[in-house]
Amino acid sequence: MKQFDELSLLEIVDEVKDGDLIGIPADYSGVPMVFTKELIKKGVKDLKLYCLPLTTIQGDMLIGSGCVSEIEAAAVTLGEFGLAPRFSEAVEEGHILIKDSTCPALHAQLQATEKSVPFMPLRGVIGSDIQKYRNDWQVIENPMKSSGNKNEPILLLPAVQLDVLIFHAPCVDKNGNIQIGRRRELATLAHASKKVFVTTEQILDIDFFDDELSAATCLPALYIDGISVVENGAWPCALPGVYAADNDEIKKYSIAAKTQKGFEDYMKKFLFN
Amino acid sequence: MIELKREELLISQLAELLVNDKHIAVGAASPIPGAAALLAKEEAKIQNNRLRVTILHSNKYNNFTDGARELFDCAAQGRIDTFFLGGVQIDGQANINLVGTGSYEKIQKRFPGSFGSALMYFVVPQIILFREEHSPRTLVDKVDFISAPGFSDENIYRPGGPKFLLTNRALFQFNKQKKRFCLLKIHKNESVENIIKLTGFEFDVDDKITNMSIPDKTRIDILRNKISYMVSEFYPEFADRIWGV
Repeated sequence: MKQFDELSLLEIVDEVKDGDLIGIPADYSGVPMVFTKELIKKGVKDLKLYCLPLTTIQGDMLIGSGCVSEIEAAAVTLGEFGLAPRFSEAVEEGHILIKDSTCPALHAQLQATEKSVPFMPLRGVIGSDIQKYRNDWQVIENPMKSSGNKNEPILLLPAVQLDVLIFHAPCVDKNGNIQIGRRRELATLAHASKKVFVTTEQILDIDFFDDELSAATCLPALYIDGISVVENGAWPCALPGVYAADNDEIKKYSIAAKTQKGFEDYMKKFLFN
Repeated sequence: MIELKREELLISQLAELLVNDKHIAVGAASPIPGAAALLAKEEAKIQNNRLRVTILHSNKYNNFTDGARELFDCAAQGRIDTFFLGGVQIDGQANINLVGTGSYEKIQKRFPGSFGSALMYFVVPQIILFREEHSPRTLVDKVDFISAPGFSDENIYRPGGPKFLLTNRALFQFNKQKKRFCLLKIHKNESVENIIKLTGFEFDVDDKITNMSIPDKTRIDILRNKISYMVSEFYPEFADRIWGV
């Protein structure tokens, strides 16, 4: 029996429901852009984006297309190409709720879920306005007598479980194990998500567990609910080790998306050409 | 005399602050700090010293294999000596704001967000604040939003914090006791009076204030013939603009 479910891209899109808390990988970990196009075409609503720890063009497009009601992130940016224009305007106009965070907190909240514990402590952050505006975070005095400093205030972050995660990977083996290389944050995301779907450049007729090197750089199939082959599936974002970002295209987007009208014209071509 | 770009002067100035380090990490959107760290590494090599550099946005110049959280864990373990942070606004007490201007609930202009600053500022011994634009809108009396505070109460775990602030016009040192910046060096085309005019916070002026040091020919050669190509791997736009590589 085949050890994994091979799905069509639209079957994966149908797994994302209105209102879902969806895991969003950073621009360096395999952004599922072709999937994102189909999600926007479907007209999904009220998504809550959980970025680990940031998003670029993927988050900005979902926001500009009206698919998002809430976003938790450490940053939303187009990197070398400046601010994420649809995100910035949506926050300035009050159209979406932003839960401002910081990178290690976004990791720690998922790590709590990985371990199935209710919260995770983190140092730093105290005294920032990030902490001031996060009612779901708590500061306690370090209760441990044997480690840390006495009377030390420490931040507690709640465990966060994602409804669904989709990312794009270079390749998958014949048993559905996913090559993630050094992008181990994808494993953290997957461990903390109820459902995980992967789009990939190709399925290889080998077993990653036959070799110590490939075994150590894969995410085991047991965490994955479905896989779809989508060539060039991260374009115009980069797929580490496979292809670089299409900087001309991202620049084109950064200019067009400065206004909602320019964004909508750009998206018509981007979605339907 | 060799004609120098301002970016090259800043890279050289930053590299001088890194000579005692063993491990430097460089985060998002930081071509000048990235180039400075690699320059410091090359110069350390010539002296037969080992200096590690981790550039987050590079696949090649990156020591991490455990995902994006490793930077923060590594920093918390005390294994990173220097890290760079920027800010939409930086104030006289070294608070930094990467979120936006105006009140948070009714933000005027929204910027990307705080990244990892709220931990890194606490745990890395030498944080160098770097913001090219030196103006009353970037260097303010009080930031509109504190992404990370410049100092903390005594009972807060805080081995790290701000040491220097470099802009395209001046280098300041942060005095932790006085919670105040001190002007150390200025660009050769600048005057102290002009820096005072362009800075939105009050600061001290060092008795031995000097001009930013001009890199010698050896350093410029390393920068242009070697570092430029390394930078083009992770900041192609920047390398092309400055060095045409």
